Amino acid sequence: MIELHDVTVSYPGVGKRSNLALAPFTERVESGEWVGVIGPNGAGKSSLLRAIAGLVDHNGTIDVDGQPLAAMSTRARASLVAYVAQEPIIPDDMSVRDYVLLGRTPYISYFGSPTGDDRWVVADVIDRLRLGDFAGRMLGALSGGERQRAVLARALAQQAPVLLLDEPTSALDIGHQQQALELVAELRSQEQLTVVSALHDLTLAGTYTDRLVMLDQGVVVAAGSAKDVLTAERLGVVYHVCVTVEEDPDDGAVIVVPRRGFPVQE
Amino acid sequence: MADIVTALDSARDDTRNPGTSASRIERGRDLRWFVGAAGALVVTVVVGASIGPAGPDWWRVPLELLDRLPLISIDSGVTEAEWAIVWKVRMPRVILGGLVGGMLSVAGASYQGVFRNPLVDPYLLGAASGAGLGATIALTVGRGTTASWSIDPVPAMAFVVAVVTVMVTYLVGTAFRGSHSVGSTGVTLVLAGVAVVSFTTAVQTFILQRNTELFREVFRWILGSLARATWSDVRLVVPYVLIATVTLVLHRRHLDAFRVGDQEAATLGVSVERTRLVIVVAATLGTAAVVSVAGLIGFLGLVVPHVVRLVAGAGYRRLIPLSFLCGASFLITADIPGRMLSNPAETPIGVVTAFIGAPFFIYLLRSRRIS
Repeated sequence: MIELHDVTVSYPGVGKRSNLALAPFTERVESGEWVGVIGPNGAGKSSLLRAIAGLVDHNGTIDVDGQPLAAMSTRARASLVAYVAQEPIIPDDMSVRDYVLLGRTPYISYFGSPTGDDRWVVADVIDRLRLGDFAGRMLGALSGGERQRAVLARALAQQAPVLLLDEPTSALDIGHQQQALELVAELRSQEQLTVVSALHDLTLAGTYTDRLVMLDQGVVVAAGSAKDVLTAERLGVVYHVCVTVEEDPDDGAVIVVPRRGFPVQE
Repeated sequence: MADIVTALDSARDDTRNPGTSASRIERGRDLRWFVGAAGALVVTVVVGASIGPAGPDWWRVPLELLDRLPLISIDSGVTEAEWAIVWKVRMPRVILGGLVGGMLSVAGASYQGVFRNPLVDPYLLGAASGAGLGATIALTVGRGTTASWSIDPVPAMAFVVAVVTVMVTYLVGTAFRGSHSVGSTGVTLVLAGVAVVSFTTAVQTFILQRNTELFREVFRWILGSLARATWSDVRLVVPYVLIATVTLVLHRRHLDAFRVGDQEAATLGVSVERTRLVIVVAATLGTAAVVSVAGLIGFLGLVVPHVVRLVAGAGYRRLIPLSFLCGASFLITADIPGRMLSNPAETPIGVVTAFIGAPFFIYLLRSRRIS
């Protein structure tokens, strides 16, 4: 469970002014829940995820399973929160196995080296993510979809209860997008992971997550089920886009369809 | 019997755990590389001690070295006077060459890793320009005045000013970092390094311009040399090289984590700023120590780690120990033509390292790209 209370993130601006990227943000994400954070570019999605991951200074408190992250060492935090960056830096000349092994860093003492248990976890994760055939291969030799699986494998090897995904599918084609999100859904149910992901594709966000939080200019403008949050009017105002929102009569999935025309003005 | 039980256990372990057998093979490969490189270094040391413009026939030296090992007795025919040349003149030079080459290479590899920048060498944050300035200041006092001093001020000042310069760079680089996010000091440190290096070089140039008679001596020092190496030089640098190298070897796992960038390394549990500081301090102390006795030997801190990467792979688990071993072998080898070719006037070793190393590096880059 993640509890965020009055979390704000600001970046230094010109002179002494600072730009507020995330206004006071309060939210509670239950264990095993998948919350999708949506909003236009610059809305504060990444800032929110980066604050939870401890990558930017922030005010307010963030607790994971009742433990305040601010008081934790970097290692302790990494054993609770795994983070997949929007554009992960992937060293071409590192093998998949070594890359996934980096996920065990929080469990290895400062001067220690990986134990048999660490290697066992890595081999298991590699197997489960169907990377077994590539384990000894260099990351540079993998396709985009395989790399994404390797990145997820590294995050999974951290065995953290919370998984943060910053637009995990932005570089993938529609097929690989779906495969990656299916994989996250499968892993979530197997591992009881709490997932918070920033997503650009609104239909996918509505389909895969339990709940959506929509941000605009650092402020929460809507939160709730996909049906409640994804309305044509709201999307028009927030994204300046002309869309229709349809609901699948069979499974109730919310589908956002872009239409030609000028966006709705406030 | 015990072997069979162990083998069965290990086979059972492999079935249960496919990852362990692959990683065992991987560690076996590492070991082969280390043993190979260490063997090459031993051969280089023996060859380095065997060749020189004066002294015994070259082939007698390995025999004499064997003779001096316990339980082995060989009549090499080397006289005491000849042995004195080998042991008091050549050997300290060879050992110092090994320590300097190994230290600069391992420091270069670590700097490249911690700044995630392939163009970085151990002189990035001002160790070289600081040492140059320190040596210049010491030389202005005049050899005549300092000859009676109990400590030679040139290496001492070179070392102190090098360390102070890197400290200033670090303080400037971390004080003015732009943002409040993890890992923002990497770039500001490099930029601070550029500024501080320019400043110390300017001060050095100013001093030189006021003391033009020092040009020759300072220039000779800058080019680097192992010609006047003694056992006391070796004793002086050994502790620094040992501590620095052991520290860097212990941080190879962290250096591998740095390969995914500061931010991702932080999310993996690496204390980025603290770990970087430890690595930079270790690499700088070692570099400052070897530079203070051997001058500014360029090129190998940049290139040896790249050669090792191209040949043995880019993982720091292998790269750090191999950089030390190969850098040591390389500088000992590069020192041989330096003392033979233009005997009695020596060719500066920095010239030889670049002369041999640059074409070899280009050849390696080319052949690897084609393959």
